[in-house]
Amino acid sequence: MPTFNDILIMAPEFYLVAAACVLLLADAFMTPEQRPQLHWISIVVLLVAGCLVIAGQPAQAVTAFGGMFVRDNVAEILKVFALGTTALVMVYARPYLIDLKLLIGEFYTLMIFAVIGIMLLVSAGNLVTVYLGLELLSLSSYALVALNRDAKLPSEAAIKYFVLGALASGMLLYGMSMVYGASGMGGTPSLDLASLHHVMAYTTAPKLLLFGLVFMLVGIGFKLGAAPFHMWIPDVYQGAPTPVTTFIASGSKLAAFGMAYRLLDAGMGDLSHQWQLMLAVLAVASLAIGNLVAIVQTNLKRMLAYSTISHMGYLLLGLAAAGPEGYAAAMFYAISYALMSVAAFGVILALARKGFECEEISDLKGLNQTSPWMAFLMLLAMFSLAGVPPLFGFWAKVLVLEAAIHADMLWLAVVGVVFAIIGLYYYLHVIKVMYFDKPAEGSVLQAKPDVTLRVMLSLNALSLLALGLYWGPLLGWCRRAFGL
Amino acid sequence: MFNHLLSLLIWLPVAGAIPVLLAGSARPNTARWLALIVAVLTLAASLLLLVQYHPDAGGMQLSESYLWIASWGVHYSLAVDGISVALIVMTTFVGILVIVGAWEVIQDRPHQYMAAMLMLEGLLIGVFCATDALLFYALFEAILIPMFILIGIWGGPRRVYATLKFFIYTFFGSVFMLIALLYLYQKAGTFDMATLAALPLTMKEQTWIFFAFLIAFAIKVPMVPVHTWLPDAHVEAPTGGSVVLAAVMLKVGTYGMLRFILPITPDAGAHFAWLVIGLSLVAVVYIGYVALVQEDMKKLVAYSSVAHMGFVTLGIFIAFMLVREQGNTDMAQLGMQGAMVQMISHGFVSGAMFTCIGVLYDRLHSRQIKDYGGVINVMPWFGFFYVLFAMANSGLPGTSGFVGEFMVIMASFSANPWIALFAAFTLIIGAAYTLWLVKRVLWGDITNPHVADMKEINGRETFVLVAFAAAVLALGIWPQPLVHLMNTSVSQLVQQLAIHKI
Repeated sequence: MPTFNDILIMAPEFYLVAAACVLLLADAFMTPEQRPQLHWISIVVLLVAGCLVIAGQPAQAVTAFGGMFVRDNVAEILKVFALGTTALVMVYARPYLIDLKLLIGEFYTLMIFAVIGIMLLVSAGNLVTVYLGLELLSLSSYALVALNRDAKLPSEAAIKYFVLGALASGMLLYGMSMVYGASGMGGTPSLDLASLHHVMAYTTAPKLLLFGLVFMLVGIGFKLGAAPFHMWIPDVYQGAPTPVTTFIASGSKLAAFGMAYRLLDAGMGDLSHQWQLMLAVLAVASLAIGNLVAIVQTNLKRMLAYSTISHMGYLLLGLAAAGPEGYAAAMFYAISYALMSVAAFGVILALARKGFECEEISDLKGLNQTSPWMAFLMLLAMFSLAGVPPLFGFWAKVLVLEAAIHADMLWLAVVGVVFAIIGLYYYLHVIKVMYFDKPAEGSVLQAKPDVTLRVMLSLNALSLLALGLYWGPLLGWCRRAFGL
Repeated sequence: MFNHLLSLLIWLPVAGAIPVLLAGSARPNTARWLALIVAVLTLAASLLLLVQYHPDAGGMQLSESYLWIASWGVHYSLAVDGISVALIVMTTFVGILVIVGAWEVIQDRPHQYMAAMLMLEGLLIGVFCATDALLFYALFEAILIPMFILIGIWGGPRRVYATLKFFIYTFFGSVFMLIALLYLYQKAGTFDMATLAALPLTMKEQTWIFFAFLIAFAIKVPMVPVHTWLPDAHVEAPTGGSVVLAAVMLKVGTYGMLRFILPITPDAGAHFAWLVIGLSLVAVVYIGYVALVQEDMKKLVAYSSVAHMGFVTLGIFIAFMLVREQGNTDMAQLGMQGAMVQMISHGFVSGAMFTCIGVLYDRLHSRQIKDYGGVINVMPWFGFFYVLFAMANSGLPGTSGFVGEFMVIMASFSANPWIALFAAFTLIIGAAYTLWLVKRVLWGDITNPHVADMKEINGRETFVLVAFAAAVLALGIWPQPLVHLMNTSVSQLVQQLAIHKI
């Protein structure tokens, strides 16, 4: 029987589920005039959830429901940033959704369900919770991608995402079953991540365990979007409505990091010398494919999709270091990536208008002349993504490189910086288009007049500079979360 | 306030760039005046620094240090020695001149131009006084952003190619330095440059780290064979961009060598001194010949910059050779001193040369030497300055160009007369390409009818050229204050050369 304490530990999640259900009902009874109010209500719901997470922060890790759910500082930090970036996505999305007549209840409820999925995933203490959270997040995301159901491209993207996602889920589940089986050979079978930690020590079927690990890594690689499991990323990023892309590129990546950390460290920590090299291979492949293919893209969303793949390569450098230092660096990287990508997509959302998606790189031509402030915000996002100091993204790269060197993988760090140089080109290209090119004939690129959007986007992009100048506290939190 | 003088010097121009930017394109004159005021205040602060610094005491002075990133032990720590002070004063001096120089020339978005210049100035000052390696690196890289924008927006026809090449080339070099710094951090647990200097390292480690540093700084200097970004960047950059690039930014490379290669990898540095000396001589001799055949004035001066910077690297590494092979610290000190003087002098001379070319370009919109000829007939005052700077560029005694080169040649002679022989080639080649440039541009009859319409330099241009001329002559006739300013710091550097770290 769940005790009251269990429910208290999971209070933010329970609250969000209740709120999402209420929103769903309210949406059914609202008149079309009232419906836009859902926007503000949803943002408030998310912010309250954030407050609940912070207010109920336990002094040390606590578990609920017999270890199914873990509430520790790692989960808390990831949840706060996932809730925050999702709220930002909603702010940025509003004018865009109004233009597309998509400001409907489904968008908000699905977003909130996806966030609940993220929160479960990063707090998972059991293979079942991992799967539950992952499916909740993924199914909501598939539906979100197909939100604009009459358009061709989003439907195609959604189907691609769904088919490949189902395949990856299957792989993950298959791996989990092997791990479960291995844990039963020579001991009591267990789905609990904490007890799986020591399976290697006693199991009579170590090969089965390793096979299970490999299949689980496929699932993780898919969720992160690491090469060679990256096939869905470009199509989904390009095809999905931009607000949904923004969400997949931010909150979803935090979840993917949380999932990787739970499964690999909590569950398979004893096998770290096995998966370290596998992750290193994934990292090199992601860096190479992401950075090289991004160079030739002409569609901004697609370019950012390949840039995501390369960024997941950097994140993997930290994970591959397999130690608290590396995890802290990887978490810092995930947070920085979420903030940067939200800012970059935010600019696209701010510039898009009815019948003009602003998703080709050439659409940004001469932005510095028509809208210098937006150009400056995009410049901050691009330099940050490229990893040029003093912006936030640079320090995130430094941290993962340091983690790799610390773990005696100097070669991996060298590969990382070499691809940083190659990657530099396509970010600079965007800046070149905005600053050095003349605006196209009759171009009227202007940010939307939505005040909240403008203010929040400015704060978001300027935070990349501010956190670049003073990133100590954030690093301190990340390190403390891993007991450093 | 006075114990935060260095912070003030960095942040005044950086923060000053914000109101300049906010003035917007609608009020260009407000932006210009604001930028000038900020630049003048920065110069005033740097003169205060000159007064506060005690040259004889040596060591790092006026230090400030705050814990920046607690969990990594990174400090925001600044301090200066005589070399930094000289470079900072030169930076602020050139900073004003580029803003005055761009006054009416930049008509397209002047507020952004001025703001980028100020930002660049502040970051460069930061590089010259950072004593934490990570802070140094961040500033070292951050310089690229404003320069990228400056060349890209206000540059010539091939500006996009040039600025991308510039950015990616220099970024390429520095990432390896980042790896080296992170490796050192693993060993030492700190980024404090003084601690890193005392860290014992095996020869193998030193060799790798040495090359990581060398590639970062050699690209910045630039040394042969990684100099190819410089002619492109110079040719396409707006005049002010070229001036800052040549006068200050190249010095970041040699300054980095003094701060990193010299103290952290002295043994590898001594072991590979022959390599750097060889490359420096190639720069002096071969690039001198390359300059001779240029048909574009800016390219010619760009190549002459590479040749002159070759003297700086020669001076630094000849000191290695003298100390380690002969134990001759006096001569080593002379060589190092010469390199430092050459750094400052080249800052003024190349800045002045690029300003002169900018003056010509504003009138005729051509950088091709063949389009000119007989300019002296219509612009006699300009001709006077041009000849003066050309003389300084070719190292005529009495100008600043002579002092540094002479000291370096003296030092190389005691190391190896052959090195001195090749180094002394510069006096011939340098004179050849500069004087031939003057001959083709200034003297002779006016062949191009447009030259006849060129107007004499106006008050603003005269001010800039007079300021440069004053600096060039002052250093040439009476280099003693500059030498005195840097003397103790240089001798401390030379003493460090003798310390084995293995």
